[in-house]
Amino acid sequence: MSAALPAANANAILSVRDLNFYYGDFRGLTNISLDIAKSKVTAFIGPSGCGKSTLLRTFNRMYDLYPGQRAEGQINFHGKNLLDRKQDVNLVRAKIGMVFQKPTPFPMTIYENIAFGVRLYERLSRSAMDERVEWALHQAALWDETKDKLQQSGFSLSGGQQQRLCIARTIAVKPEVVLLDEPTSALDPISTGKIEELINELKSEYTIAIVTHNMQQAGRISDFTAFMYVGELVEFGRTEELFIKPKKKQTEDYITGRFG
Amino acid sequence: MNLYSRRILTNRIGVALSMTAMAFGLLALLWILWTLFYNGFAALSLDFFTRDTPAPGTEGGGLRNAIVGSLMIVGVSALVSTPIGILAGIYLAEFGATSKFAAVTRFVTDVMLSAPSIVVGLFVYALAVATLGGFSGWAGSLALSLIAIPVVVRTTENMLLLVPNSLREAAFAVGAPRWQVSLKVTLRAVSSGVVTGILLAIARVTGETAPLLFTALNNQFYSTDMSEPMGNLPVVIFQFAMSPYDNWVKLAWGGALLIALMVLAINIIARAIFRKKSSV
Ligand SMILES: Nc1ncnc2c1ncn2[C@@H]1O[C@H](COP(=O)(O)OP(=O)(O)OP(=O)(O)O)[C@@H](O)[C@H]1O
Ligand SMILES: [Mg+2]
Repeated sequence: MSAALPAANANAILSVRDLNFYYGDFRGLTNISLDIAKSKVTAFIGPSGCGKSTLLRTFNRMYDLYPGQRAEGQINFHGKNLLDRKQDVNLVRAKIGMVFQKPTPFPMTIYENIAFGVRLYERLSRSAMDERVEWALHQAALWDETKDKLQQSGFSLSGGQQQRLCIARTIAVKPEVVLLDEPTSALDPISTGKIEELINELKSEYTIAIVTHNMQQAGRISDFTAFMYVGELVEFGRTEELFIKPKKKQTEDYITGRFG
Repeated sequence: MNLYSRRILTNRIGVALSMTAMAFGLLALLWILWTLFYNGFAALSLDFFTRDTPAPGTEGGGLRNAIVGSLMIVGVSALVSTPIGILAGIYLAEFGATSKFAAVTRFVTDVMLSAPSIVVGLFVYALAVATLGGFSGWAGSLALSLIAIPVVVRTTENMLLLVPNSLREAAFAVGAPRWQVSLKVTLRAVSSGVVTGILLAIARVTGETAPLLFTALNNQFYSTDMSEPMGNLPVVIFQFAMSPYDNWVKLAWGGALLIALMVLAINIIARAIFRKKSSV
């Protein structure tokens, strides 16, 4: 009972078709089809264990790191199937960045945390790199707090700052899509607010896919929302519509807090 | 007697037994250390560091040639075993986690870890000394490297396995290829642990005697030529301690103390590094 495909979207940057995902013999995703619109925020909601992270991790082939996990179907990105064996996975990951639930600074300075990813695909002069680092920290609203301690360890920052550092690091490589898996669940309301503002600003330039357990957050920041349940996509549409008049009973029950 | 007082009694007996065992161990250790310090410090003097091992029947002398030889042999083996051990450890933890080749490497490493060092000495003797014409400092370094490498491999692998997958994923998520993730992110995350492992491996080979007996042998004269037999502390101690000459026996005590102090210093440095970095 996968959801009907929304009207074919010319602005889709990622189009997922008949995606099935397996953890060994266990099927984590069943027949998922949906379009992620370019320069929009798409939110994924659903009860714990329904496959939101699994879906997000197919977009940058993170599952590839683990033998036994595999995806079948299509995820089209610039006319090519991301799931194709021949795809250069590292290049995909540079184009489709990801920020995780827990902040994960690299064991290096704040400056190097950002320069690390940039250096992989670009050869910049010192001054150009300095500029890029500053730009990325500005974008992540972290510049003012870190400009005097760029040479300190990334671990010297608070949890919320570390998470913004991770966002800065992701943006610094200039990806087209940014995947966020519950980026604010470990943060206090103020840091959460900052990151939400940030997402709002970033969406003009980047396509954002975000997993969240916070209904209000999904409502505040997203243009489209996908509701998932036990590995299936139950409903997908414009956020206002899905929240105000959901088409499916399951969606309504979840949004109104009757389960999950 | 009720259950509770029985437990207390059992507990007391247990504690008493383990205290006795500890006392025995500690007593033996203190005794050894005391003897070593007592006899060793008596042997230390300026001559000890500036003169070479004396010929039989001559007075005085020092251990300059053996100290320099030991430093060079151990130094070269550290330079060889560190990169090989680290790279092999990275391979085991990051690349070949499930491959057959890695399983074999792991097994061989474990065997080498527990192999008696005299076997390693004989192996290098057969491989390099008997075939390439003679004892040499290089052969000594090779033997010590074969002992140190498995230690470095295993510590590197074990430290890397402690790195949470979330950090690994984060590095892959910016598009880094696996070798960059390993060298620049995960290895760096555990660098203090790996350095500690290397230092402990060096400490371990510093006192090894058997492998050097068959390889570097000994040299009564000062020499920095690694392709010749080379003086070194463990073998000198071994020979001098069993000799009938008083000044040789005295020098042996001094050499033993020196090795003990070097190993102690390395251990302290290793602990300091590990404590400082892992508290972040
Ligand atoms: N490494 C794994 N091996 C086997 N099964 C897994 C693995 N990771 C997740 N699963 C299973 O796949 C299903 C979907 O998990 P997923 O992590 O995608 O859920 P989620 O929607 O992100 O949940 P949450 O909101 O708690 O993060 C769950 O049933 C989970 O048990
Ligand atoms: Mg999840």
